[in-house]
Amino acid sequence: MPEITRAEVAHLATLARIDLSDAELDHLAPQLSVILESVASISGVAGDDVAPTSHPLPLVNVFRDDVVRPSLTPEQALSGAPASEEQRFMVPRILGDEQ
Amino acid sequence: MSATAETLLPFDDVLAAFDPALGLEVHVELNTATKMFCGCSTVFGGEPNTQVCPTCLGLPGAMPVVNGKAVESAIRIGLALNCRIAEWCRFARKNYFYPDMPKNFQTSQYDEPICFDGWMDVEVDGETFRVEIERAHMEEDTGKSTHVGGATGRIHGADYSLVDYNRAGIPLIEIVTKPIVGAGERAPEVARAYVQQLRELIVALGVSEARMDQGNLRADVNLSLAPKGSDVLGTRTETKNVNSFRSVERAVRFEMQRHAAILQGGGSILQETRHWHEDTGITTSGREKSDAEDYRYFPEPDLVPVAPSPEWVEELRGTLPENPTQRRARLQAEWGFSDLEMRDTVGAGALGLVEETIAAGASPQAARKWWLSDLARRANDTGVEIGELGVSPAQVAAVQALVDAGSLNDKLARQVFDGLVAGEGTPEEIVAARGLAIVSDDGALTAAVDAAIAANPDVAAKIRDGKVAAAGALIGAVMKEMRGQADAGRVRELILERLA
Repeated sequence: MPEITRAEVAHLATLARIDLSDAELDHLAPQLSVILESVASISGVAGDDVAPTSHPLPLVNVFRDDVVRPSLTPEQALSGAPASEEQRFMVPRILGDEQ
Repeated sequence: MSATAETLLPFDDVLAAFDPALGLEVHVELNTATKMFCGCSTVFGGEPNTQVCPTCLGLPGAMPVVNGKAVESAIRIGLALNCRIAEWCRFARKNYFYPDMPKNFQTSQYDEPICFDGWMDVEVDGETFRVEIERAHMEEDTGKSTHVGGATGRIHGADYSLVDYNRAGIPLIEIVTKPIVGAGERAPEVARAYVQQLRELIVALGVSEARMDQGNLRADVNLSLAPKGSDVLGTRTETKNVNSFRSVERAVRFEMQRHAAILQGGGSILQETRHWHEDTGITTSGREKSDAEDYRYFPEPDLVPVAPSPEWVEELRGTLPENPTQRRARLQAEWGFSDLEMRDTVGAGALGLVEETIAAGASPQAARKWWLSDLARRANDTGVEIGELGVSPAQVAAVQALVDAGSLNDKLARQVFDGLVAGEGTPEEIVAARGLAIVSDDGALTAAVDAAIAANPDVAAKIRDGKVAAAGALIGAVMKEMRGQADAGRVRELILERLA
Protein backbone atom coordinates (compact mmCIF):
# COMPACT_ATOMS: atom_id res chain seq x y z
CA MET A 1 0.00 0.00 0.00
CA PRO A 2 1.68 3.22 -1.12
CA GLU A 3 1.85 6.05 1.33
CA ILE A 4 -0.67 8.87 0.97
CA THR A 5 1.17 12.04 0.08
CA ARG A 6 0.74 15.49 1.50
CA ALA A 7 -0.41 16.67 -1.94
CA GLU A 8 -3.13 14.00 -2.02
CA VAL A 9 -4.39 15.03 1.38
CA ALA A 10 -4.49 18.65 0.24
CA HIS A 11 -6.50 17.59 -2.84
CA LEU A 12 -8.94 15.57 -0.74
CA ALA A 13 -9.37 18.51 1.61
CA THR A 14 -10.23 20.74 -1.34
CA LEU A 15 -12.77 18.19 -2.62
CA ALA A 16 -14.32 17.96 0.82
CA ARG A 17 -14.34 21.75 1.16
CA ILE A 18 -12.17 21.60 4.29
CA ASP A 19 -9.73 24.44 4.68
CA LEU A 20 -6.49 22.97 6.06
CA SER A 21 -3.44 25.02 7.05
CA ASP A 22 0.09 23.92 6.15
CA ALA A 23 0.63 22.85 9.74
CA GLU A 24 -2.54 20.74 9.71
CA LEU A 25 -1.51 19.09 6.46
CA ASP A 26 1.90 18.23 7.93
CA HIS A 27 0.13 16.75 10.93
CA LEU A 28 -2.67 14.84 9.12
CA ALA A 29 -0.87 13.35 6.12
CA PRO A 30 1.24 10.88 8.13
CA GLN A 31 -1.74 10.01 10.33
CA LEU A 32 -3.90 9.13 7.31
CA SER A 33 -1.08 6.98 5.98
CA VAL A 34 -1.06 4.96 9.17
CA ILE A 35 -4.84 4.48 9.01
CA LEU A 36 -4.67 3.31 5.38
CA GLU A 37 -1.89 0.88 6.23
CA SER A 38 -3.94 -0.58 9.05
CA VAL A 39 -6.95 -1.07 6.79
CA ALA A 40 -4.77 -2.48 4.03
CA SER A 41 -3.62 -5.27 6.33
CA ILE A 42 -7.03 -6.86 5.71
CA SER A 43 -6.04 -7.59 2.12
CA GLY A 44 -3.22 -9.73 3.52
CA VAL A 45 -5.81 -11.98 5.13
CA ALA A 46 -8.00 -12.43 2.06
CA GLY A 47 -6.81 -15.21 -0.19
CA ASP A 48 -7.25 -15.43 -3.94
CA ASP A 49 -10.51 -17.24 -3.40
CA VAL A 50 -12.13 -14.17 -1.79
CA ALA A 51 -13.49 -11.70 -4.31
CA PRO A 52 -13.42 -7.99 -3.48
CA THR A 53 -16.84 -6.87 -2.32
CA SER A 54 -18.59 -3.62 -1.52
CA HIS A 55 -21.33 -5.22 0.53
CA PRO A 56 -21.23 -7.66 3.44
CA LEU A 57 -24.33 -9.63 2.43
CA PRO A 58 -24.46 -12.03 -0.53
CA LEU A 59 -27.65 -10.46 -1.83
CA VAL A 60 -28.61 -9.14 -5.25
CA ASN A 61 -31.77 -7.70 -6.81
CA VAL A 62 -33.47 -6.22 -3.78
CA PHE A 63 -36.27 -4.33 -5.52
CA ARG A 64 -39.29 -2.35 -4.48
CA ASP A 65 -42.64 -2.36 -6.30
CA ASP A 66 -43.41 0.89 -8.11
CA VAL A 67 -46.13 1.93 -5.67
CA VAL A 68 -46.46 5.45 -4.28
CA ARG A 69 -46.05 5.82 -0.54
CA PRO A 70 -46.93 8.93 1.45
CA SER A 71 -44.32 11.68 1.42
CA LEU A 72 -43.52 14.09 4.24
CA THR A 73 -45.54 17.28 4.52
CA PRO A 74 -43.62 20.35 3.31
CA GLU A 75 -43.57 21.55 6.93
CA GLN A 76 -41.91 18.33 8.04
CA ALA A 77 -39.53 18.41 5.08
CA LEU A 78 -38.44 21.97 5.80
CA SER A 79 -38.37 21.63 9.60
CA GLY A 80 -34.65 20.90 9.65
CA ALA A 81 -33.73 23.57 7.10
CA PRO A 82 -31.70 26.49 8.49
CA ALA A 83 -33.71 28.79 6.22
CA SER A 84 -36.58 28.46 3.80
CA GLU A 85 -38.66 30.68 1.55
CA GLU A 86 -41.66 29.98 -0.70
CA GLN A 87 -41.76 26.40 0.61
CA ARG A 88 -38.26 25.83 -0.70
CA PHE A 89 -34.92 25.23 0.95
CA MET A 90 -32.90 28.42 1.02
CA VAL A 91 -29.22 27.97 0.31
CA PRO A 92 -26.32 30.39 -0.10
CA ARG A 93 -25.66 31.87 -3.49
CA ILE A 94 -24.35 29.14 -5.75
CA LEU A 95 -21.06 29.78 -7.48
CA GLY A 96 -20.50 26.54 -9.33
CA ASP A 97 -22.47 24.98 -12.12
CA GLU A 98 -25.37 22.63 -11.96
CA GLN A 99 -24.35 19.04 -12.50
CA MET B 1 -19.02 34.75 -18.80
CA SER B 2 -17.61 36.85 -21.57
CA ALA B 3 -19.84 39.31 -23.35
CA THR B 4 -17.63 39.48 -26.42
CA ALA B 5 -19.04 37.85 -29.52
CA GLU B 6 -17.36 34.64 -30.59
CA THR B 7 -15.64 34.54 -33.94
CA LEU B 8 -17.13 31.90 -36.21
CA LEU B 9 -15.69 30.33 -39.32
CA PRO B 10 -18.16 29.91 -42.23
CA PHE B 11 -19.49 26.34 -42.20
CA ASP B 12 -18.06 25.41 -45.61
CA ASP B 13 -14.60 26.55 -44.50
CA VAL B 14 -14.91 24.38 -41.37
CA LEU B 15 -15.55 21.33 -43.55
CA ALA B 16 -12.66 22.13 -45.88
CA ALA B 17 -10.17 21.96 -43.03
CA PHE B 18 -11.65 19.76 -40.29
CA ASP B 19 -13.49 16.54 -39.52
CA PRO B 20 -15.97 16.81 -36.65
CA ALA B 21 -16.41 14.14 -33.97
CA LEU B 22 -19.68 14.15 -32.07
CA GLY B 23 -20.72 12.59 -28.83
CA LEU B 24 -24.21 12.74 -27.38
CA GLU B 25 -25.36 12.15 -23.84
CA VAL B 26 -29.11 11.93 -23.49
CA HIS B 27 -30.85 11.82 -20.14
CA VAL B 28 -34.25 10.15 -20.18
CA GLU B 29 -36.52 10.70 -17.21
CA LEU B 30 -38.53 7.51 -16.73
CA ASN B 31 -42.30 7.58 -16.25
CA THR B 32 -42.38 5.33 -13.21
CA ALA B 33 -44.97 6.24 -10.59
CA THR B 34 -42.29 6.54 -7.90
CA LYS B 35 -38.71 7.70 -7.54
CA MET B 36 -35.61 5.57 -8.12
CA PHE B 37 -34.90 4.79 -4.48
CA CYS B 38 -38.04 5.74 -2.53
CA GLY B 39 -41.83 5.67 -2.84
CA CYS B 40 -42.33 9.41 -3.41
CA SER B 41 -44.54 10.31 -6.38
CA THR B 42 -42.95 11.53 -9.61
CA VAL B 43 -45.97 13.51 -10.84
CA PHE B 44 -44.86 16.70 -12.62
CA GLY B 45 -45.91 20.11 -11.38
CA GLY B 46 -46.61 19.45 -7.67
CA GLU B 47 -46.29 22.19 -5.04
CA PRO B 48 -42.63 22.56 -3.95
CA ASN B 49 -41.28 19.91 -1.57
CA THR B 50 -44.51 17.92 -1.35
CA GLN B 51 -42.96 14.80 -2.99
CA VAL B 52 -40.03 14.28 -0.64
CA CYS B 53 -39.15 11.88 2.15
CA PRO B 54 -36.16 11.10 4.37
CA THR B 55 -34.52 9.01 1.62
CA CYS B 56 -34.63 11.57 -1.20
CA LEU B 57 -33.80 14.37 1.24
CA GLY B 58 -30.73 12.44 2.36
CA LEU B 59 -31.69 12.50 6.03
CA PRO B 60 -29.47 10.46 8.35
CA GLY B 61 -30.40 6.81 8.65
CA ALA B 62 -32.70 6.72 5.63
CA MET B 63 -32.10 3.71 3.39
CA PRO B 64 -32.69 3.58 -0.38
CA VAL B 65 -34.43 0.64 -2.08
CA VAL B 66 -34.26 0.25 -5.88
CA ASN B 67 -37.43 0.66 -7.93
CA GLY B 68 -37.74 -2.64 -9.84
CA LYS B 69 -39.80 -1.05 -12.59
CA ALA B 70 -36.99 1.44 -13.28
CA VAL B 71 -34.49 -1.42 -13.67
CA GLU B 72 -36.91 -3.10 -16.06
CA SER B 73 -37.19 0.12 -18.12
CA ALA B 74 -33.39 0.48 -18.17
CA ILE B 75 -32.98 -3.05 -19.49
CA ARG B 76 -35.69 -2.54 -22.13
CA ILE B 77 -34.00 0.68 -23.32
CA GLY B 78 -30.68 -1.17 -23.46
CA LEU B 79 -32.15 -4.06 -25.45
CA ALA B 80 -33.85 -1.68 -27.87
CA LEU B 81 -30.44 -0.04 -28.42
CA ASN B 82 -28.88 -3.45 -29.14
CA CYS B 83 -26.82 -3.25 -25.95
CA ARG B 84 -25.40 -6.06 -23.90
CA ILE B 85 -26.97 -6.27 -20.46
CA ALA B 86 -24.64 -6.59 -17.49
CA GLU B 87 -24.98 -9.86 -15.61
CA TRP B 88 -23.99 -8.04 -12.45
CA CYS B 89 -23.58 -4.33 -11.77
CA ARG B 90 -23.63 -1.85 -8.95
CA PHE B 91 -24.68 1.67 -8.15
CA ALA B 92 -22.01 4.19 -7.21
CA ARG B 93 -21.93 7.46 -5.35
CA LYS B 94 -20.89 10.47 -7.38
CA ASN B 95 -19.74 12.93 -4.74
CA TYR B 96 -20.03 16.65 -5.28
CA PHE B 97 -21.03 19.80 -3.45
CA TYR B 98 -24.02 21.41 -4.98
CA PRO B 99 -27.33 21.80 -3.22
CA ASP B 100 -29.39 20.28 -6.06
CA MET B 101 -28.74 16.96 -4.29
CA PRO B 102 -29.28 17.13 -0.54
CA LYS B 103 -27.20 13.98 0.01
CA ASN B 104 -24.05 15.66 -1.35
CA PHE B 105 -23.83 12.83 -3.83
CA GLN B 106 -25.86 11.52 -6.71
CA THR B 107 -26.53 7.81 -6.82
CA SER B 108 -25.42 6.76 -10.28
CA GLN B 109 -23.46 4.00 -11.96
CA TYR B 110 -19.78 4.37 -12.69
CA ASP B 111 -17.69 1.63 -14.28
CA GLU B 112 -20.47 -0.99 -14.20
CA PRO B 113 -23.35 0.35 -16.32
CA ILE B 114 -26.38 -1.93 -16.67
CA CYS B 115 -26.32 -1.64 -20.50
CA PHE B 116 -23.28 -1.28 -22.76
CA ASP B 117 -21.94 -1.79 -26.30
CA GLY B 118 -25.03 -1.10 -28.38
CA TRP B 119 -25.95 0.73 -31.55
CA MET B 120 -28.76 2.55 -33.27
CA ASP B 121 -29.16 3.12 -37.02
CA VAL B 122 -30.09 6.73 -37.69
CA GLU B 123 -31.58 7.84 -40.97
CA VAL B 124 -30.68 11.22 -42.42
CA ASP B 125 -32.12 12.05 -45.86
CA GLY B 126 -32.38 8.39 -46.73
CA GLU B 127 -28.80 7.65 -45.71
CA THR B 128 -28.14 5.43 -42.68
CA PHE B 129 -25.56 6.28 -40.02
CA ARG B 130 -24.79 3.68 -37.38
CA VAL B 131 -24.41 5.40 -34.00
CA GLU B 132 -22.51 3.23 -31.54
CA ILE B 133 -23.79 3.31 -27.98
CA GLU B 134 -21.12 3.25 -25.30
CA ARG B 135 -23.42 2.69 -22.34
CA ALA B 136 -26.80 3.35 -20.77
CA HIS B 137 -26.79 3.60 -17.02
CA MET B 138 -29.23 4.24 -14.19
CA GLU B 139 -29.10 7.29 -11.98
CA GLU B 140 -31.37 9.80 -10.28
CA ASP B 141 -32.46 13.30 -11.22
CA THR B 142 -31.53 16.35 -9.15
CA GLY B 143 -33.67 18.95 -7.43
CA LYS B 144 -34.67 22.19 -9.08
CA SER B 145 -32.91 25.39 -8.05
CA THR B 146 -34.32 28.87 -8.48
CA HIS B 147 -31.77 31.65 -8.21
CA VAL B 148 -33.04 34.75 -6.50
CA GLY B 149 -31.65 38.25 -6.87
CA GLY B 150 -29.25 39.50 -9.52
CA ALA B 151 -30.05 38.51 -13.05
CA THR B 152 -33.28 36.53 -12.94
CA GLY B 153 -32.90 32.80 -13.09
CA ARG B 154 -29.23 32.86 -13.93
CA ILE B 155 -26.57 31.56 -11.58
CA HIS B 156 -24.30 34.57 -11.86
CA GLY B 157 -25.32 37.51 -9.77
CA ALA B 158 -27.77 35.48 -7.66
CA ASP B 159 -27.93 36.43 -4.01
CA TYR B 160 -29.29 33.10 -2.84
CA SER B 161 -30.99 30.05 -4.23
CA LEU B 162 -34.21 28.21 -3.41
CA VAL B 163 -34.40 24.47 -3.91
CA ASP B 164 -37.37 22.21 -4.55
CA TYR B 165 -36.53 18.52 -4.18
CA ASN B 166 -39.66 17.07 -5.82
CA ARG B 167 -37.56 16.10 -8.85
CA ALA B 168 -34.61 14.82 -6.78
CA GLY B 169 -34.52 11.04 -7.06
CA ILE B 170 -36.70 10.60 -10.17
CA PRO B 171 -35.17 7.74 -12.21
CA LEU B 172 -32.98 8.77 -15.12
CA ILE B 173 -31.31 6.68 -17.77
CA GLU B 174 -28.24 8.32 -19.25
CA ILE B 175 -27.47 7.09 -22.76
CA VAL B 176 -23.96 7.84 -23.99
CA THR B 177 -22.75 7.38 -27.56
CA LYS B 178 -19.25 6.53 -28.64
CA PRO B 179 -17.60 9.29 -30.69
CA ILE B 180 -19.50 9.65 -33.96
CA VAL B 181 -16.94 10.30 -36.68
CA GLY B 182 -17.25 10.50 -40.43
CA ALA B 183 -20.50 12.48 -40.52
CA GLY B 184 -18.70 15.53 -41.97
CA GLU B 185 -21.13 18.19 -43.18
CA ARG B 186 -23.98 16.02 -41.95
CA ALA B 187 -22.77 16.16 -38.32
CA PRO B 188 -25.39 18.71 -37.15
CA GLU B 189 -28.20 16.76 -38.86
CA VAL B 190 -26.95 13.41 -37.60
CA ALA B 191 -26.95 14.78 -34.04
CA ARG B 192 -30.50 16.01 -34.44
CA ALA B 193 -31.70 12.83 -36.14
CA TYR B 194 -30.13 10.68 -33.43
CA VAL B 195 -31.92 12.53 -30.63
CA GLN B 196 -35.16 12.61 -32.63
CA GLN B 197 -35.09 8.90 -33.46
CA LEU B 198 -33.95 8.00 -29.95
CA ARG B 199 -36.99 9.86 -28.67
CA GLU B 200 -39.25 7.88 -31.02
CA LEU B 201 -37.77 4.68 -29.66
CA ILE B 202 -38.32 5.79 -26.07
CA VAL B 203 -41.92 6.70 -26.88
CA ALA B 204 -42.47 3.33 -28.57
CA LEU B 205 -41.08 1.61 -25.46
CA GLY B 206 -43.48 3.63 -23.32
CA VAL B 207 -40.85 4.21 -20.64
CA SER B 208 -40.93 8.01 -20.55
CA GLU B 209 -43.16 10.93 -21.47
CA ALA B 210 -40.08 11.99 -23.43
CA ARG B 211 -41.11 15.63 -23.68
CA MET B 212 -38.13 17.83 -24.30
CA ASP B 213 -40.02 20.98 -23.28
CA GLN B 214 -40.69 19.48 -19.85
CA GLY B 215 -37.13 18.21 -19.48
CA ASN B 216 -38.05 14.50 -19.67
CA LEU B 217 -35.42 14.21 -22.37
CA ARG B 218 -32.27 16.33 -22.18
CA ALA B 219 -29.26 16.28 -24.44
CA ASP B 220 -25.63 17.21 -23.83
CA VAL B 221 -23.62 17.69 -27.00
CA ASN B 222 -19.90 16.89 -27.10
CA LEU B 223 -17.97 18.16 -30.05
CA SER B 224 -14.38 18.20 -31.20
CA LEU B 225 -12.62 18.88 -34.48
CA ALA B 226 -9.63 17.09 -35.94
CA PRO B 227 -7.58 18.37 -38.88
CA LYS B 228 -8.91 16.76 -42.03
CA GLY B 229 -7.49 13.29 -42.53
CA SER B 230 -6.18 12.98 -38.97
CA ASP B 231 -7.60 10.21 -36.83
CA VAL B 232 -6.59 11.85 -33.56
CA LEU B 233 -9.60 13.37 -31.81
CA GLY B 234 -9.32 17.04 -30.93
CA THR B 235 -10.11 18.66 -27.57
CA ARG B 236 -13.84 18.52 -26.91
CA THR B 237 -16.36 20.84 -25.37
CA GLU B 238 -19.58 19.70 -23.74
CA THR B 239 -22.65 21.85 -24.33
CA LYS B 240 -25.20 21.13 -21.61
CA ASN B 241 -28.98 21.00 -21.62
CA VAL B 242 -29.78 21.47 -25.25
CA ASN B 243 -33.50 21.05 -25.04
CA SER B 244 -34.99 20.79 -28.51
CA PHE B 245 -34.13 18.83 -31.64
CA ARG B 246 -33.57 22.02 -33.56
CA SER B 247 -31.20 23.30 -30.88
CA VAL B 248 -29.15 20.09 -30.99
CA GLU B 249 -28.50 20.75 -34.66
CA ARG B 250 -27.80 24.44 -34.09
CA ALA B 251 -25.49 23.81 -31.13
CA VAL B 252 -23.37 21.34 -33.13
CA ARG B 253 -23.13 23.75 -36.03
CA PHE B 254 -22.24 26.65 -33.74
CA GLU B 255 -19.55 24.73 -31.87
CA MET B 256 -18.03 23.46 -35.14
CA GLN B 257 -17.77 27.03 -36.42
CA ARG B 258 -16.44 28.35 -33.10
CA HIS B 259 -13.82 25.63 -32.68
CA ALA B 260 -12.65 26.03 -36.26
CA ALA B 261 -12.20 29.80 -35.90
CA ILE B 262 -10.08 29.30 -32.77
CA LEU B 263 -8.00 26.52 -34.30
CA GLN B 264 -7.38 28.40 -37.54
CA GLY B 265 -6.37 31.45 -35.55
CA GLY B 266 -3.62 29.35 -33.97
CA GLY B 267 -5.43 28.96 -30.66
CA SER B 268 -6.38 25.84 -28.79
CA ILE B 269 -9.73 24.62 -27.51
CA LEU B 270 -10.33 24.78 -23.80
CA GLN B 271 -11.88 21.58 -22.48
CA GLU B 272 -14.93 22.99 -20.77
CA THR B 273 -18.66 22.90 -20.26
CA ARG B 274 -20.60 25.33 -22.43
CA HIS B 275 -24.07 26.75 -21.86
CA TRP B 276 -26.54 26.79 -24.74
CA HIS B 277 -28.64 29.93 -25.18
CA GLU B 278 -31.86 29.11 -26.95
CA ASP B 279 -32.75 32.75 -27.68
CA THR B 280 -29.51 33.82 -29.32
CA GLY B 281 -28.41 30.43 -30.66
CA ILE B 282 -24.93 30.62 -29.15
CA THR B 283 -22.94 28.84 -26.46
CA THR B 284 -21.01 30.56 -23.70
CA SER B 285 -18.27 29.34 -21.44
CA GLY B 286 -19.34 27.45 -18.34
CA ARG B 287 -16.96 25.68 -16.04
CA GLU B 288 -13.53 24.52 -17.01
CA LYS B 289 -12.93 20.81 -16.75
CA SER B 290 -9.96 20.37 -14.47
CA ASP B 291 -8.51 18.26 -11.71
CA ALA B 292 -11.10 19.77 -9.43
CA GLU B 293 -13.66 17.61 -11.23
CA ASP B 294 -13.02 14.55 -9.16
CA TYR B 295 -16.20 12.90 -8.01
CA ARG B 296 -14.53 10.25 -5.87
CA TYR B 297 -16.92 7.60 -7.17
CA PHE B 298 -17.24 4.55 -4.96
CA PRO B 299 -19.71 1.65 -4.81
CA GLU B 300 -22.95 2.59 -3.01
CA PRO B 301 -22.80 0.63 0.26
CA ASP B 302 -26.55 1.03 0.96
CA LEU B 303 -27.64 -0.83 -2.18
CA VAL B 304 -26.98 -4.41 -3.17
CA PRO B 305 -25.87 -5.24 -6.74
CA VAL B 306 -28.30 -5.64 -9.61
CA ALA B 307 -27.91 -9.00 -11.37
CA PRO B 308 -30.60 -9.48 -14.04
CA SER B 309 -31.07 -13.17 -14.80
CA PRO B 310 -30.87 -14.25 -18.45
CA GLU B 311 -34.50 -15.42 -18.14
CA TRP B 312 -35.64 -11.96 -17.05
CA VAL B 313 -33.67 -10.26 -19.83
CA GLU B 314 -35.18 -12.60 -22.44
CA GLU B 315 -38.65 -12.05 -21.05
CA LEU B 316 -38.12 -8.28 -21.41
CA ARG B 317 -36.74 -8.73 -24.92
CA GLY B 318 -40.11 -10.24 -25.77
CA THR B 319 -41.83 -6.97 -24.80
CA LEU B 320 -39.83 -4.79 -27.20
CA PRO B 321 -41.63 -2.86 -29.92
CA GLU B 322 -40.67 -3.32 -33.54
CA ASN B 323 -37.25 -1.85 -34.27
CA PRO B 324 -37.26 1.60 -35.90
CA THR B 325 -35.89 0.49 -39.27
CA GLN B 326 -38.51 -2.23 -39.64
CA ARG B 327 -41.19 0.14 -38.43
CA ARG B 328 -40.31 2.78 -41.01
CA ALA B 329 -40.34 0.15 -43.79
CA ARG B 330 -43.69 -1.25 -42.65
CA LEU B 331 -45.35 2.17 -42.37
CA GLN B 332 -44.04 3.27 -45.77
CA ALA B 333 -45.53 0.14 -47.35
CA GLU B 334 -48.85 0.52 -45.50
CA TRP B 335 -49.20 4.17 -46.38
CA GLY B 336 -47.92 3.90 -49.96
CA PHE B 337 -45.49 6.80 -49.46
CA SER B 338 -42.72 7.40 -51.96
CA ASP B 339 -39.14 7.34 -50.62
CA LEU B 340 -39.07 11.11 -50.75
CA GLU B 341 -42.38 11.47 -48.88
CA MET B 342 -41.16 9.04 -46.23
CA ARG B 343 -37.82 10.79 -45.88
CA ASP B 344 -39.51 14.17 -45.44
CA THR B 345 -41.87 12.72 -42.85
CA VAL B 346 -39.03 11.21 -40.82
CA GLY B 347 -36.89 14.32 -41.25
CA ALA B 348 -39.67 16.58 -39.92
CA GLY B 349 -39.98 14.39 -36.84
CA ALA B 350 -43.58 13.73 -37.85
CA LEU B 351 -43.59 9.95 -38.27
CA GLY B 352 -45.41 9.26 -35.01
CA LEU B 353 -47.76 12.22 -35.54
CA VAL B 354 -48.72 11.06 -39.02
CA GLU B 355 -49.21 7.53 -37.73
CA GLU B 356 -51.55 8.72 -34.96
CA THR B 357 -53.44 10.97 -37.38
CA ILE B 358 -54.05 8.02 -39.70
CA ALA B 359 -55.11 5.91 -36.73
CA ALA B 360 -57.62 8.66 -35.91
CA GLY B 361 -59.22 8.24 -39.34
CA ALA B 362 -57.41 10.46 -41.84
CA SER B 363 -56.02 9.09 -45.10
CA PRO B 364 -52.19 8.76 -45.23
CA GLN B 365 -51.86 11.48 -47.87
CA ALA B 366 -54.13 13.89 -45.98
CA ALA B 367 -52.24 13.28 -42.74
CA ARG B 368 -48.92 13.81 -44.47
CA LYS B 369 -50.16 16.93 -46.25
CA TRP B 370 -51.27 18.73 -43.10
CA TRP B 371 -48.27 17.83 -40.97
CA LEU B 372 -45.60 18.41 -43.58
CA SER B 373 -46.92 21.39 -45.49
CA ASP B 374 -48.94 23.45 -43.09
CA LEU B 375 -47.93 22.42 -39.57
CA ALA B 376 -44.21 21.86 -40.24
CA ARG B 377 -44.03 25.37 -41.69
CA ARG B 378 -45.74 26.86 -38.64
CA ALA B 379 -43.36 24.98 -36.34
CA ASN B 380 -40.41 26.20 -38.32
CA ASP B 381 -41.64 29.81 -38.39
CA THR B 382 -42.20 29.92 -34.65
CA GLY B 383 -39.19 27.84 -33.68
CA VAL B 384 -41.11 25.19 -31.74
CA GLU B 385 -41.10 21.45 -32.22
CA ILE B 386 -43.82 20.17 -34.52
CA GLY B 387 -45.28 18.01 -31.76
CA GLU B 388 -45.55 20.98 -29.42
CA LEU B 389 -47.60 23.32 -31.62
CA GLY B 390 -50.73 22.62 -29.64
CA VAL B 391 -52.32 20.66 -32.46
CA SER B 392 -52.96 16.96 -31.79
CA PRO B 393 -53.15 14.15 -34.34
CA ALA B 394 -56.80 13.62 -33.38
CA GLN B 395 -57.53 17.29 -34.17
CA VAL B 396 -55.83 17.04 -37.56
CA ALA B 397 -57.96 13.99 -38.32
CA ALA B 398 -61.08 15.90 -37.20
CA VAL B 399 -60.25 18.83 -39.50
CA GLN B 400 -59.69 16.44 -42.41
CA ALA B 401 -63.04 14.78 -41.65
CA LEU B 402 -64.71 18.19 -42.03
CA VAL B 403 -62.91 18.65 -45.37
CA ASP B 404 -64.01 15.18 -46.51
CA ALA B 405 -67.60 15.99 -45.51
CA GLY B 406 -67.48 19.13 -47.64
CA SER B 407 -67.91 21.51 -44.68
CA LEU B 408 -64.40 22.95 -45.10
CA ASN B 409 -62.03 23.46 -47.97
CA ASP B 410 -58.24 23.52 -47.55
CA LYS B 411 -58.12 27.27 -47.19
CA LEU B 412 -60.70 27.25 -44.41
CA ALA B 413 -58.99 24.26 -42.81
CA ARG B 414 -55.83 26.35 -42.49
CA GLN B 415 -57.83 28.93 -40.59
CA VAL B 416 -59.03 26.18 -38.26
CA PHE B 417 -55.35 25.34 -37.63
CA ASP B 418 -54.74 29.04 -36.86
CA GLY B 419 -57.42 28.69 -34.21
CA LEU B 420 -56.01 25.43 -32.84
CA VAL B 421 -52.53 26.90 -32.49
CA ALA B 422 -54.06 29.91 -30.74
CA GLY B 423 -55.85 27.56 -28.33
CA GLU B 424 -59.38 28.54 -29.36
CA GLY B 425 -60.88 25.12 -28.67
CA THR B 426 -61.85 22.08 -30.71
CA PRO B 427 -62.03 22.20 -34.53
CA GLU B 428 -65.87 22.23 -34.35
CA GLU B 429 -65.83 25.13 -31.85
CA ILE B 430 -63.41 27.09 -34.02
CA VAL B 431 -65.51 26.52 -37.15
CA ALA B 432 -68.55 27.83 -35.28
CA ALA B 433 -66.82 30.75 -33.54
CA ARG B 434 -65.01 31.94 -36.66
CA GLY B 435 -67.95 31.24 -38.99
CA LEU B 436 -65.79 29.11 -41.28
CA ALA B 437 -68.30 26.67 -42.75
CA ILE B 438 -68.54 26.43 -46.51
CA VAL B 439 -71.61 28.07 -48.06
CA SER B 440 -73.42 25.70 -50.41
CA ASP B 441 -76.80 27.37 -50.01
CA ASP B 442 -77.93 28.14 -53.58
CA GLY B 443 -79.65 31.40 -52.68
CA ALA B 444 -76.50 33.06 -51.37
CA LEU B 445 -74.35 31.51 -54.08
CA THR B 446 -76.66 32.46 -56.95
CA ALA B 447 -76.60 36.14 -55.92
CA ALA B 448 -72.79 36.09 -55.88
CA VAL B 449 -72.66 34.24 -59.24
CA ASP B 450 -74.99 36.76 -60.87
CA ALA B 451 -72.91 39.63 -59.51
CA ALA B 452 -69.74 38.06 -60.88
CA ILE B 453 -71.33 37.55 -64.32
CA ALA B 454 -72.53 41.13 -64.38
CA ALA B 455 -69.12 42.45 -63.40
CA ASN B 456 -67.26 40.34 -65.99
CA PRO B 457 -69.32 40.46 -69.22
CA ASP B 458 -66.30 39.53 -71.43
CA VAL B 459 -65.66 36.34 -69.49
CA ALA B 460 -69.35 35.52 -69.44
CA ALA B 461 -69.45 35.91 -73.23
CA LYS B 462 -66.58 33.44 -73.69
CA ILE B 463 -68.31 30.87 -71.55
CA ARG B 464 -71.51 31.31 -73.51
CA ASP B 465 -69.41 30.64 -76.64
CA GLY B 466 -68.41 27.29 -75.11
CA LYS B 467 -65.03 28.22 -73.59
CA VAL B 468 -65.79 26.45 -70.34
CA ALA B 469 -62.19 26.85 -69.11
CA ALA B 470 -62.87 30.58 -68.68
CA ALA B 471 -65.22 29.72 -65.82
CA GLY B 472 -62.19 29.70 -63.50
CA ALA B 473 -62.04 33.49 -63.52
CA LEU B 474 -65.70 33.75 -62.45
CA ILE B 475 -65.28 31.06 -59.78
CA GLY B 476 -62.34 33.09 -58.44
CA ALA B 477 -64.46 36.23 -58.31
CA VAL B 478 -67.26 34.42 -56.46
CA MET B 479 -64.84 32.83 -53.99
CA LYS B 480 -63.36 36.25 -53.31
CA GLU B 481 -66.81 37.70 -52.74
CA MET B 482 -67.65 34.82 -50.39
CA ARG B 483 -64.29 35.17 -48.57
CA GLY B 484 -63.27 31.67 -49.64
CA GLN B 485 -66.22 30.04 -47.96
CA ALA B 486 -68.13 28.98 -51.05
CA ASP B 487 -68.40 25.39 -52.25
CA ALA B 488 -66.30 25.76 -55.40
CA GLY B 489 -67.86 22.76 -57.14
CA ARG B 490 -71.37 24.10 -56.67
CA VAL B 491 -70.30 27.58 -57.84
CA ARG B 492 -68.98 26.09 -61.06
CA GLU B 493 -72.23 24.23 -61.64
CA LEU B 494 -74.27 27.39 -61.08
CA ILE B 495 -72.11 29.46 -63.45
CA LEU B 496 -72.40 26.87 -66.21
CA GLU B 497 -76.18 26.60 -65.64
CA ARG B 498 -76.68 30.37 -65.87
CA LEU B 499 -74.52 30.75 -68.97
CA ALA B 500 -75.71 27.67 -70.79
